Amino acid sequence: MITELFADYIAVLIATILGFLLVAGALFGNRILAPRQPTRTKGVTYECGMLPIGRSRTQVHFRYYLFAILFLIFDIEAVFLFPWSVAFVKIGAQAFWEMVVFILILAFGLLYAWKKGVLSWGKET
Amino acid sequence: MSLVLISHNPWLESLARLAIIALLVPVTVIILTWVERKVIGRLQMRLGPMRVGPYGTLQGVADTIKLLTKEDVRPQTADRWVFELAPFVIVVPVFMAVVAIPFTADLFIKNLTLGLFYFVAVSGLSIVGFVMAGWGSDNKYALLGGVRAAAQLISYEIPLVMAILAVAMLSQSLNLAVIVGAQEDTPNIAYQSLAFIIFAIAGLAELYRQPFDIPVAESEVVGGPFVEYSGIRWSMFQLGEFVNLVLISILGSLIFLGGWQWPWSVFDASVPVAAQVAMMAVKTGTFIFFFMWMRASLPRLRIDQMMSFCWQLLLPFAFLQIIINGLVLVYDWPNEILIPLSGAAAAGAVYLTYRAARATGVRYQPGYQTVGSVL
Repeated sequence: MITELFADYIAVLIATILGFLLVAGALFGNRILAPRQPTRTKGVTYECGMLPIGRSRTQVHFRYYLFAILFLIFDIEAVFLFPWSVAFVKIGAQAFWEMVVFILILAFGLLYAWKKGVLSWGKET
Repeated sequence: MSLVLISHNPWLESLARLAIIALLVPVTVIILTWVERKVIGRLQMRLGPMRVGPYGTLQGVADTIKLLTKEDVRPQTADRWVFELAPFVIVVPVFMAVVAIPFTADLFIKNLTLGLFYFVAVSGLSIVGFVMAGWGSDNKYALLGGVRAAAQLISYEIPLVMAILAVAMLSQSLNLAVIVGAQEDTPNIAYQSLAFIIFAIAGLAELYRQPFDIPVAESEVVGGPFVEYSGIRWSMFQLGEFVNLVLISILGSLIFLGGWQWPWSVFDASVPVAAQVAMMAVKTGTFIFFFMWMRASLPRLRIDQMMSFCWQLLLPFAFLQIIINGLVLVYDWPNEILIPLSGAAAAGAVYLTYRAARATGVRYQPGYQTVGSVL
């Protein structure tokens, strides 16, 4: 049983290695074929033709983190929903209503975030 | 003799199948770049590429040679390893996702039992690559593009996953071959019109193509996370994007349009392999053409519109589809009920989108303070 499962995912391992080789091969081909004459001007980061002002570590707005937290919650919900989706018919109505309650709890969370204006990108609506 | 040896060793068998894919992937990407330029050219009443080869067919090859022989420049202040590894992190998951995709009933790399779950899990990994590219470049535009990509891709992943989940509920399996087999009579698009619409829109956003090209918008963040990448390193991102385009199209045709099944069972018992491949090509091509058509026709969304569309419209309606499916399945109602229910919900979603698109914004008032910028 375990060996069978393992045999299924051998292809995944090989795909990972081949994917790495594909990119590495392309970069290696570029290393052989392309000219390499680095100068100081070429090594400057792009900022619309001007010399860049300061480093790039600009502040990122807080709302990105709010969306990241929301994503985390709903992604975990998706992880719970996947095994449920293929099993709930066999278990019966109870399993279905339990999941509805779970979805509703998270839906209220979404509604709260909505009312707080998180979902409208910081605009007052 | 050697064929027997290959088919008995799981390592050699997987390697042989994946080597064919590894050869096909660059060829497909080269062809698709030409097809995309040609299609968009025609849609905009231009000719598209015409110079290199007959009707410009060798344009993709010429582009590849040009990119391969172009100098590879890395900014001196860039974070070396993060910058160098970002193309790997974007391309490798895309390549891994191919493992789970069956092309016909017999042509596949590995028929994974949890194929759909595996596909969703692996395709989410590329997001890390965008953030790495944005962070490692030491460029303001790249950083903004990177966080934009992260925000957009993670947001639209949830409606996409929920739409896929709705289909998995209907066929009670996460195996893609079983899901296609369950659509022998009626493709899922009839029962799951709402999930199909959500899948098409969220898929378009996952591919960050117009109108959802906010992370790479030229006029806002000049190419986003890829601004400092040049030559073959840049083309790796392009490769990832186009393979992803093909994968999403194949997935859509598998789970919604019935995959390699012919409509009305044209071939009674067993469909010949050539006919299966032809059917897959037609359905996948339809999806690819749809994505290109959207790119040529629609203007870019604003970032706040894009985010609130995902969270306020797509996500609640995706949950609605899941609950409708659950009700119908658990109380053993006939599947035909799903057609009007899902259709009505889809009509509701389309109406709400139409109303939101037509709504006039808040009028500017003196003394009205906006909160921050739209970046």
